Amino acid sequence: MKKRLLALLSILLVFSVVLAGCSEEEAVETKSRLDVIKERGKLIGGVNADIPGFGYVASDGSYTGMDIDITRAVAAAVFGDPNAVEFRPLSAEERFIAVQTGEVDVLARNTTQTLSRDASVGLAFAPVTFYDGQGLMVRKDSGIETLEDLEGARISVESGTTTELNLADQMRKLGIDYEPVVFDSQDAAVSAYEQGSADAYTTDRSALVSRKTTLSNPDEHFILDEVLSKEPLAPSVKDGDSQWIDIVSWTVNALVQAEEFEITQANVDTFLDSEVPEIRRFLGVEGDMGEQLGLPADFVYQIIKAVGNYGELYDRHLGPDTVFDLERGQNSLWTDGGLLYSPPFR
Amino acid sequence: MNKHSSAKKTPFWRDKRVIPILLQVIFAILVVLAGVFFFTNALGSMKQIGLVFGYDFLSKMAQFDIGDKLIEFTSTDTYGKAFIVGILNTIKVAFIGIILATILGFIVGISRLSNNWLAKTVATFYVEIFRNTPLLVQIFIWFYAVFLSLPVIENSINAFGLFFFSNRGTAIPWFDLTSSSLIWLILFLIGIVLSFVVWRVRLKQQVESGKRKFPLYWATATIIISLGITWLITSEYPLLLSVPEIAPRGFIGGYTIGPGFGALLVALVMYTASFIAEIVRGGIMAVSKGQVEAAKALGLKNSTILRLVILPQAIRIIIPPLTSQYLNLIKNSSLAAAVAYQELVGVGITVLSQTGKSIEVISIIILVYLSMSLLTSLLMNIFNKYTQLVER
Repeated sequence: MKKRLLALLSILLVFSVVLAGCSEEEAVETKSRLDVIKERGKLIGGVNADIPGFGYVASDGSYTGMDIDITRAVAAAVFGDPNAVEFRPLSAEERFIAVQTGEVDVLARNTTQTLSRDASVGLAFAPVTFYDGQGLMVRKDSGIETLEDLEGARISVESGTTTELNLADQMRKLGIDYEPVVFDSQDAAVSAYEQGSADAYTTDRSALVSRKTTLSNPDEHFILDEVLSKEPLAPSVKDGDSQWIDIVSWTVNALVQAEEFEITQANVDTFLDSEVPEIRRFLGVEGDMGEQLGLPADFVYQIIKAVGNYGELYDRHLGPDTVFDLERGQNSLWTDGGLLYSPPFR
Repeated sequence: MNKHSSAKKTPFWRDKRVIPILLQVIFAILVVLAGVFFFTNALGSMKQIGLVFGYDFLSKMAQFDIGDKLIEFTSTDTYGKAFIVGILNTIKVAFIGIILATILGFIVGISRLSNNWLAKTVATFYVEIFRNTPLLVQIFIWFYAVFLSLPVIENSINAFGLFFFSNRGTAIPWFDLTSSSLIWLILFLIGIVLSFVVWRVRLKQQVESGKRKFPLYWATATIIISLGITWLITSEYPLLLSVPEIAPRGFIGGYTIGPGFGALLVALVMYTASFIAEIVRGGIMAVSKGQVEAAKALGLKNSTILRLVILPQAIRIIIPPLTSQYLNLIKNSSLAAAVAYQELVGVGITVLSQTGKSIEVISIIILVYLSMSLLTSLLMNIFNKYTQLVER
């Protein structure tokens, strides 16, 4: 009898421990994201592994691209070390769940900022890091030149993207009957297009340019002039932690502001003894900018030292020296007629 | 004695009648508590990031299009309707898949026991290859290596001018309904019932009289006569054959099977049939040898032995494991997202990422699969009961 009672008691004990353990975890959740990251010793970034130039796994297995460097910049801001980061390749469908559950600290994965993602998906967006628009790629010999020529066409698209919705919107507007072929990965969608199972492939124009270079005969394809939608791509974090979204936002702003100040990875040290008060504040030589965010005083210096300014990032991954050779266009500084504008560091 | 027992009444925690009930009650409470805990925990963390639990998104506009659909669907319809399109697509692939897998499985299973060396070897190779490789890999192989590697539409492989194979889909001849299709269907069903009755009557007469009464001929004649009468009434064909033709971006006429659906269906059928074949083989081998020997001693033909002696007994052993293979096929159809066939999970994932309602969408998917599986089990259990040995 005693044995059975003992067994019963021990079951209850186990359960209460389990429940207690759970509630303890809940306590961790209410800790600030910054503390969680610092405790862990590294940042976890959700990225793309499929789009050269933005997020891609290089032949040596390392991640490279614009979004990757932005994630590294956040790591540099927090730890002063751009390598204190772990990348999680995410599909378009997985990305929001990964943010919602706190699986990743920051999502920099060609994600379009929209109202519903901000409000009902529970994301908080940092400033836009790339202004893009949706385009369509077709075969040159297909005779398709405008959207109207796509009547009855099969169009391959990645599921769970704004692209999927914009395509439906545009086609509805023009009254065109088409057949969407929806894949759960970009590689599959491109491969179906390349093999001729689909007439067209649609995604953001920058991604089209980058995917075109990976096709077996890039010259046989071209991108339609028409732009289907606005696609402002921005890093995002889980909603509800204002300190953490501030850190990511100001990391992005720092990249842009650095370009405006013409501070680069190479010459940042020379600016440390600059006399200009704005630059001294910016680099953390004086003032408490870092402290206000809960970061080291020199977090901007660390970011620039680690990855350079926005212009350098762009040139390194998408600029004239790369296979993509993308025009800066809207992604120039506001002083050059573009849309990039950082609020003051003050 | 009475006094004695009441004085030393067993306490309830030692009472053998109480303890099992008590333990079960405690277990049930713990399970419920755990469930409640997980649910409130999920709600709590959703609240933390400002999400509200609820299914009202189902009545909102979907804003996306679906390629394969059995009913009309446009981007202005609701998420709820999108789910229905997805569910119908799942049912379509599961229904056709189950029928084809059963036929193929029985043929292969019987072939494995055949005395024909070639049939036996081919069947063995087939089963071992398809049973021992992962289904997702098979789906990818069918999709990329077979369906997408077919020629582009202009150079489709053409079989007899009726079947066209291209990487944009496989077109097969199909039927167009005419105004009298419904009447034909009704009268045809009546004809089948009538002929069945005639067959039973003639068979009974044959057994009773001991003279040949040709029940099969009579039944066939009944059907032919009923069809003739229908023809006289409607003076129209029941269905018109529609042969596919190549158009620049697809086929006109006929029925087009998309590459995604094709790859998924073939992969599911080939994979599941290899398991069914083993189940059938096991079922047949479980029928005692004496039964076959007795049947042979009575002078029955091999085909008759299979049909009247072996299969009716084997089927009782086959059905329960067969049911779980059917359930596997239904659930495995969720791998379709990989090959762009938009069934329940494919549509669900799109809805999930457009609305952010992960828990709600997943719960709908679980509920639908659960009810489809339970329904299939129920039907198979009824069939099982029907085939069970009736003790006399």
